[in-house]
Amino acid sequence: MRNIPTMVQRELGAYFLSPIAYAVSAVFLFSTGLAFGLGTFYNGGEASLRSLFEFWMMLILAFVLPMLCMRLFSEEYRGGTIETLMTVPISEVEVVLGKFFGALSFYVVMLASLLLYPILLSSFGPLDGRLLLCNYIGLFLLGSLYISVGLFFSACTKHQIVAVLLSFAVLALATFASHGLAQQVEGWPRAVLQHLSVRTHYFDFVRGMVDTNHVVFFATTTALFLFLTVKRVEVRRWQ
Amino acid sequence: MIRVEQLTKRYGSFLAVDDISFEVERGGVVGFLGPNGAGKTTTIRILACYHPATSGSASIAGFDVFKDSMEVRRRVGYLPESTPLYPEMRVREYLNFRGKLRHMTHPERGEAIRRIAERCWLGEFIDRPIGQLSKGMKQRVGLADAIMHEPEVLILDEPTLGLDPTQIRETRNLIKELGERHTVLVSSHILHEVEQTCYRTIIVASGRIVASGSPSELRDQLIAKARVVAEVQAPAADVERDARSIAGVRQLEVSSNNGWVRLSIEPDEGKDLREDVYRLTTAKGWAMRELRREGASLEDFFVQVTAQQRDQSTG
Repeated sequence: MRNIPTMVQRELGAYFLSPIAYAVSAVFLFSTGLAFGLGTFYNGGEASLRSLFEFWMMLILAFVLPMLCMRLFSEEYRGGTIETLMTVPISEVEVVLGKFFGALSFYVVMLASLLLYPILLSSFGPLDGRLLLCNYIGLFLLGSLYISVGLFFSACTKHQIVAVLLSFAVLALATFASHGLAQQVEGWPRAVLQHLSVRTHYFDFVRGMVDTNHVVFFATTTALFLFLTVKRVEVRRWQ
Repeated sequence: MIRVEQLTKRYGSFLAVDDISFEVERGGVVGFLGPNGAGKTTTIRILACYHPATSGSASIAGFDVFKDSMEVRRRVGYLPESTPLYPEMRVREYLNFRGKLRHMTHPERGEAIRRIAERCWLGEFIDRPIGQLSKGMKQRVGLADAIMHEPEVLILDEPTLGLDPTQIRETRNLIKELGERHTVLVSSHILHEVEQTCYRTIIVASGRIVASGSPSELRDQLIAKARVVAEVQAPAADVERDARSIAGVRQLEVSSNNGWVRLSIEPDEGKDLREDVYRLTTAKGWAMRELRREGASLEDFFVQVTAQQRDQSTG
């Protein structure tokens, strides 16, 4: 496992040297700014970040995080560097976890930029620190899941565009469609769909609750996709 | 040091490597020679633990490439044909990263970078981003990366591809030097390069080994099998009948070539039948316009082997 910090350092460095990462960050800042400006920060609006976090963030992240992750494996396949990577004493697990934590670290930096908004709102009323912390924990867990999905699809193809499109499709489905579908049915199918819906689990964080139920959901689904990614990388190699 | 036993690799219905076996002893440079598509890169990738074999086994320094892959990778320095690198990293940064992946400590990495910077002439561009380097420079970085951790075995896939003549010569000398302290397996499709650096050459074509040995051994092997070719003017039937009377003819072929008859004789091992053919033509009074031994040089052999492989794949 000692190669994981090496990989994290390399991936984080690569992000800061990559024009795509800056472009993605710009998209992130712009869209969150827009959502905040139009949805919250207007005359007579409620001084709460709820609408931003509840709805907009999920949509924005479903777009932005796949774009952030698309290069992780696709670039290595394209450039042939996967060959030099897999012929040193490093395991597939170390490679996948290293890339995952590298992307997650960059995401955390991006999240820091969001702190601007509660600071702006604090001039209109008291800042609820605990609520904010809950929101951030929710965003962190949500991001982990989205990144693990983006990482998986990146490992599936050498075309970055395909990776982005597939990730976004899956995330949109899991986040929005399953909730919408849940509304159409009754009884236990509804309960199952709601439980599988990412939205259900994320919303409590927005409301200020840290329920272990939800933490486990995110942890296990993230772990699932990381596991699938390891298997995908192994299969590609052991052909 | 390197042992390959009945190695086979199949991609779907395509047989890239067909039951090859060979052994390479510690120390020195061994050449892996063959036309493009002969299965060199496939075999090399199996040895480097990048892909698995379909059947058979391979081991390096006693460790099986499939079962003890980590141990093998610790002891091998591999340079793929395409020399893949990360364009956004600087050379020093890249080498440092690779050193960390190989579990080298900070002082070890510093010392190694200093050493290989000199050996591979990286000095002038060691702090430049890799994306800005020329092909030759990138090749040197790739080679530096492969030797950085002083591995017991070096596997280099076409290390001089894309270099200019001066760089090729320098790289060749470096490889010979490396052969003094490491076991080096160099793959190439350039004949004279292999002849100059390797004490032993393994020639592959169509996934199989077609010849193996030192330059003089190969020459002997080839000469022993060399055909005698002559072009004479005489009725083809007569030529065929009379040529068979020569002692030591294993097989012969007669064909027409613009009014002349082309005689091709495969002799018994080691027999040189040129004189006998000459005597025959003089005795019968046939005009002769060509008499030569074919396939006696490594180059002829290589051309022959390449043509055979091409025919097999298109036929």
